[in-house]
Amino acid sequence: MRIDIDALLPWVGSLVVVLLGSLVFPNFLSLDYLLTQAQIASFLGVLAAGAMVVILLGHIDLSVPWTLGWAAIVSTTLVGTGHPVLEAIAIPAALCTGAIIGVVNGIGVAVFRIPSMVWTLAVNAMLLGTSVLFTGGFNPRGEASPLMRTLASGDSLGLPNALWVWLVLSLALVWLLRRTSFGRYLVAIGLSEKATWLSGVATPRIAFGAFIVAGLCSALGGVLVAGYANQAYQSMGDPYLMPVIAAVVIGGTSILGGRGSYLGTVGGALFITLLTSVLSVMQFGEAWRQIVFGGIIILMLLVQNFRRGVQA
Amino acid sequence: MVTPSGTAPIVELKGASRHYGPVVALSDVDFACHAGEIHAVLGENGAGKSTLMKLVAGVVQPEPGDVLVDGHPVRLSSPRVALEHGIVCMFQELSLAPDLSVRDNVLLGARSTGLGFFSYRRMRDVRALLDRIGGEGIRLTARVRDLTLPDRQLVEIVKALYREPRLLILDEATSALNASVVDRVFALLRERRDAGLGVLFISHRFHEVEALADRISVFRNGRHVETFDNGRYGYGDIIQRMVGQSIDELFPPKASVDEVLGEVVLAVDGLTWNGRLHDLHFDVRAGDIIGIGGLDGQGQITLLQALFGVLRRVDGAVKIGERQVVPENPRIAKQSSTGLALVPEDRKTEGLIPELSIAANLELAQLGHDGPGDADFEALAAELELKCASFAQPAAALSGGNQQKVALMKWLALSPRCLLLADPTRGIDVRTKTQIYALLRRLASKGVAVVLLSTDHEELVHLCDRVHVFYDGRIVSTLADEELTSEAVVTASLDPGAAA
Amino acid sequence: MTLPKPGNPRELLALVCLVGMVALYFGTHPSGPTTYVMTIWANQATILALVAIAQFFAVLVRGLDLSVGAIVALSNVVASHLLSGSAFEIAYGTLAVLVVATICGLVNGLLIVFGRLQPIVATLATSAVFGGIALLLRPTPGGAVDYDYADAMTLDVAGVPTALILMLVIVLGFWLPLRRTGFGLSLYAIGSAGQAAWQSGTPVAGVRIGAFVLAGFFAGLAGLFVSFVTTTGDAGIAPTYTLNSIAAIVLGGVALRGGVGSLFGAIIGAFILKTIAALMFFSGLPPLAQPFVEGLILALAIAIGSVDVLRMRHRLEVFDR
Repeated sequence: MRIDIDALLPWVGSLVVVLLGSLVFPNFLSLDYLLTQAQIASFLGVLAAGAMVVILLGHIDLSVPWTLGWAAIVSTTLVGTGHPVLEAIAIPAALCTGAIIGVVNGIGVAVFRIPSMVWTLAVNAMLLGTSVLFTGGFNPRGEASPLMRTLASGDSLGLPNALWVWLVLSLALVWLLRRTSFGRYLVAIGLSEKATWLSGVATPRIAFGAFIVAGLCSALGGVLVAGYANQAYQSMGDPYLMPVIAAVVIGGTSILGGRGSYLGTVGGALFITLLTSVLSVMQFGEAWRQIVFGGIIILMLLVQNFRRGVQA
Repeated sequence: MVTPSGTAPIVELKGASRHYGPVVALSDVDFACHAGEIHAVLGENGAGKSTLMKLVAGVVQPEPGDVLVDGHPVRLSSPRVALEHGIVCMFQELSLAPDLSVRDNVLLGARSTGLGFFSYRRMRDVRALLDRIGGEGIRLTARVRDLTLPDRQLVEIVKALYREPRLLILDEATSALNASVVDRVFALLRERRDAGLGVLFISHRFHEVEALADRISVFRNGRHVETFDNGRYGYGDIIQRMVGQSIDELFPPKASVDEVLGEVVLAVDGLTWNGRLHDLHFDVRAGDIIGIGGLDGQGQITLLQALFGVLRRVDGAVKIGERQVVPENPRIAKQSSTGLALVPEDRKTEGLIPELSIAANLELAQLGHDGPGDADFEALAAELELKCASFAQPAAALSGGNQQKVALMKWLALSPRCLLLADPTRGIDVRTKTQIYALLRRLASKGVAVVLLSTDHEELVHLCDRVHVFYDGRIVSTLADEELTSEAVVTASLDPGAAA
Repeated sequence: MTLPKPGNPRELLALVCLVGMVALYFGTHPSGPTTYVMTIWANQATILALVAIAQFFAVLVRGLDLSVGAIVALSNVVASHLLSGSAFEIAYGTLAVLVVATICGLVNGLLIVFGRLQPIVATLATSAVFGGIALLLRPTPGGAVDYDYADAMTLDVAGVPTALILMLVIVLGFWLPLRRTGFGLSLYAIGSAGQAAWQSGTPVAGVRIGAFVLAGFFAGLAGLFVSFVTTTGDAGIAPTYTLNSIAAIVLGGVALRGGVGSLFGAIIGAFILKTIAALMFFSGLPPLAQPFVEGLILALAIAIGSVDVLRMRHRLEVFDR
C-alpha cells in the first residue's frame, strides 16, 4: 500500500504538539488527556470525512454547519416528544435529513452546475432560515436520547464511543474510496470531469452520491454534538466549518480535487483538535489562538508545496 | 553563420536540447533565422517543430544550449522577454483570451500597452489589417469566444503583427483558413518580408510551405536534418527527409478489392446539429476505414461528438449497432448494444487523466460497461508494444506516443464495433504512428468499423478506404480509390466551391 | 463616456432586477423615498458593495478571497482606535487603516503567487490570522470614531446619500479608467485564460498579486465605512461579510471561474442583496420567516442564473463553465 507523505505531515504535527505541550504540562502524555482529545477529535473527524469526499470530487460543501444543526434539531425534537417510537427513530431521521440536504446540494451542483461554493452556501442560508422559522429563533426544546448521549460521551472497551463511531465510519469510508468504483470515479472526476464523462461515466450520479455521503457525515456529526451537549442550539455548527476544511486540507487533500488520502484527513482532525487544546491550555487568548492556528496551517501548506516543488 | 546580407541572424540556436520528462523533444539543434526571409520549418507531428518555436519564443528554455539574438547570447526567460527582443509568436494553441473582445486581445501585452493607460488610436490600423486578410466580418468589439476558428486565427495573426515584430513565428497559423484567405495572408507576409521582417513558418502542410517559403529546414525526431533553399528538392525528396523512410513503409497495405465488406455498422442519414452540421449522409461498414478530412474546425470533431452522445438534440436518422438513434450520452454509447468508442482529440484533457496511473486510466472506460469483465490489458499492451515500467506508473510519465496507446487500449478493451478516432497521431513519433496504422488495419480486418479524423493528408490518402472532406459542417467531397490523392484532398479542403 | 460594458447579459438582468426592487422598496416604504430612508438603505448596501468589490478583484483572476471579512473586521478595529482627535490625526488614521488592509491583501497575494497556495486555502488561513489580530486589538466591541467625520460620510450631500456618491466616484473615477489600462486588461485576460495571457507577454505574477492587493484595499474601505456607520470597532463581524460578498458578486453576473463580470456588477449584486433584506423588513412577513425567504430568494436567483445549462447543446462546453 502506498502511503502519501503529505498524509503523514499532520500526524507528525500532532506528535510534535503533544510533546511540546508535555514539556509545559506533563499530563499531556496521560492516557486520560489523550482519550478526551480523541473523543473531541471524533466529532471533527466525522465531519471531515464527509467534507473530504466532496473535496476529492473537486467541490466543497459549505452547508456543513446547518446540516449539522438540522440533524441535531430533528433528533432532539423527536426525543423531546417523549414518544418511544419517535425516540427510537431519532438517529435514522437525523441521518435522513442529512441525506436529503445532500440531494438538494447535488441538484444544484450536478444538474444546474452552479459552483458548489455558491450553491451550498445558499442551501446553508435556507437551512438557517427554516430553523429560525421552526424554532422561533430560540434554542429548540428537546433533548438527546440516552443512545445519543452514550454514543457521544460513553466508553466501551476503554475507548470513547465517539472514537468507535469514527473508527467504524473510517473503515466504511476507506472501503468506499479504495474498493468501489465510486471511489475511483470520485478521484477521476476530481482530476478531470471531462475526461471521466467521455469515458462513459455518469458523472452527475457520482456527484449526487458524494454530496449524500457528505450530508450523512454532517448529520452524524450533528447527532454526536447534540448527544455531547444533550441539546441542540442555534448556530451549533458554525464553529466547525473552517476547522473541517482545514483538517482535510492539511491532511494533504488538494482543494481542487482528485488527490488526497483519508489517513491524512484523520491526522488533520487530530492535529487541529490537539493544537486547539494545547493553545487553550497554555492560556493563549482566543486572539492568539487564531493567529497561531492560521499561521501553522499556512506553514504546513507551504511545507507541502515546497516538498512537492523539490520533488518535481 | 553569415547571411546573404552579411548581418548576424535575428535568432540563432546553438546546441539546443529540450526534454519533457523522459521524452526528448529536441536534441542538439543548431538553427538560425534571418531578417527579410521566410523560413519554413517542415517536419512530421512530433518532429520537434513546436518545441523549437517555444524555445525561440521564450516559452521554454534550452537545457542545455544557447540562444543568440543579433549574435549576442541571451536568456529568453518568458514571452515578455522575447517580445522585448522583437520576437513575436502566434501559437498553435491559441493565445487569445476568450472572454475579451478582439480589440482587447490585440492590445493585451503589446509593448505600447504596458500596465498603464493605453489608447485605441492605432485601432484603425488593426481594422485595416483585418480587412486586408479577409476578416472584414470581424467586429473589433466582438468577444473572441463567439468567433469561429478561422476568424480567431485571423485575429491571432493581426495580434502578432500589431506588436511590430522583427521576427514573427507562425505555428500552424493558417490551419483553418481556406484558399482565398490563405492567399491574402501570404501576400501580406511577403510584403512584410520585403520590408525586412523575418518569418519563421511552421507547418506540416507541404503545399503552403512550397508556396511561401524562401528557405526550408526539415526536422525529424527532434533533430535538425537539413536546411536548403525552396525549390532545391522535389516533393518526394522532402517527404523522404521528413519521414526518414518512404511512404510505402509507413502504411500497411489496404484491404484488397475482392475482400467482401461486412454489414453496415454505422449508417448516417441526414445528420444535422445546431447550425454546425448540415444534412450529413454516409455509411461505414465493418472492415472499413473511413477518413474525415478538411481544414481545421469545419465540423469534423463535431460529427464524432454527435455520434458519441456528447451533443444534445441531434437531428437525422442514425443507425449504430442495434440502435436507431444517436446515444444520449457516452455511457450509453459504450455499452455493447451500441458498441461505440471515441478516442478524443486532446489526450491530456479528454482522452486520459495524466495524473492517474495507467491502470486507473485503463479501467475508467471498463467500469460500468456491460461487456465481459476483465480485459486482457497485458496482451493489448504487448500487441501495441506499450513502453512502461508498470501499469502503476502515472500516465503523465509516458511519452506522447505511449499515452496515445493507453488512450486506445482503454477503448479497445471494450471490443467496440465502431471506433471513432480524432487525429490519433497528432504529435507522436513515426514509429508509434506506424504501429497505430498497422493496428487500425488489423482491427478493420477483424470487422471493426473505423472512422478516422485526421489533419494529416498522407494518413487520409494511404490508410483510408474512403475520405469525406468537410467544409462548414458539410461533406463537400467524397474521395475513394484512384481519386483519393493528396492533391485531391488538398483541393477539396481549400477550395470547397471548386470541388463540389 | 462609455457605459459599463453591455456585453454581460447577466449584469444587465441584475440591473433591471435592482431597479425594480428599489422602486418597490421606496414605493412601499411607510415614510416614502425620503433622504433619510435612502441614506439608511445606501449605507447598508455600500458596506456590502465595497466587500463585494474586494471579492470581485480576487475572483476576476480566478481566486477566491475568504479573508475579506476578516480584513473588514481588522480595518474596522484599527479605525476604532485611530479615527479620533485632530483633523490631522484622523487623516493619518484613515490612511493607516487603508495601508493595513492593503498589506493584508499583499500577504494573500504573495502566499498565493509565490507560495503557490490555492487561493481558497491560503485566504482561509490568513482570515484566521487577520481575525486574530483584530481580536487582539479589540477583545470586546468598543472604541469610537469621530462623529463629525462619520456623519459626513454617512449622511447626504444636497439630498443625495454620501454612500451613493462614493459608489459613483469609484465607478467613474476608478473603474472606468482602470478598464483603459493594461493592468485592467491583464486582470481579465488572466482570469479568462492564464496561459494565453502569459504567452501574450502579460506579467501574470505581478498582476495577480495586484488583484489581491486591490481586494485588500477595498476590504479596508469597507471596514472604514463600517466604522462610519457603527462608530465602534467589533472584531466579530467577519463571517457574514465573506459569505455575502460571494453571493453578491454571483448575483451581479461575475463568473466564479474568472474573467467575466465587472466592478459595476459587483455593486449591483450587493445592492440587490441588501434591498431584498430591506424589502423583507417592511413586507409584513413574519420576522421569523424572513431569514428563510431571504435564503430562498438567494437560492432561486442563483439557480435561475444557471438555467441556461439545461439548454446547452454541446455538453463539453458545460464542463468549461
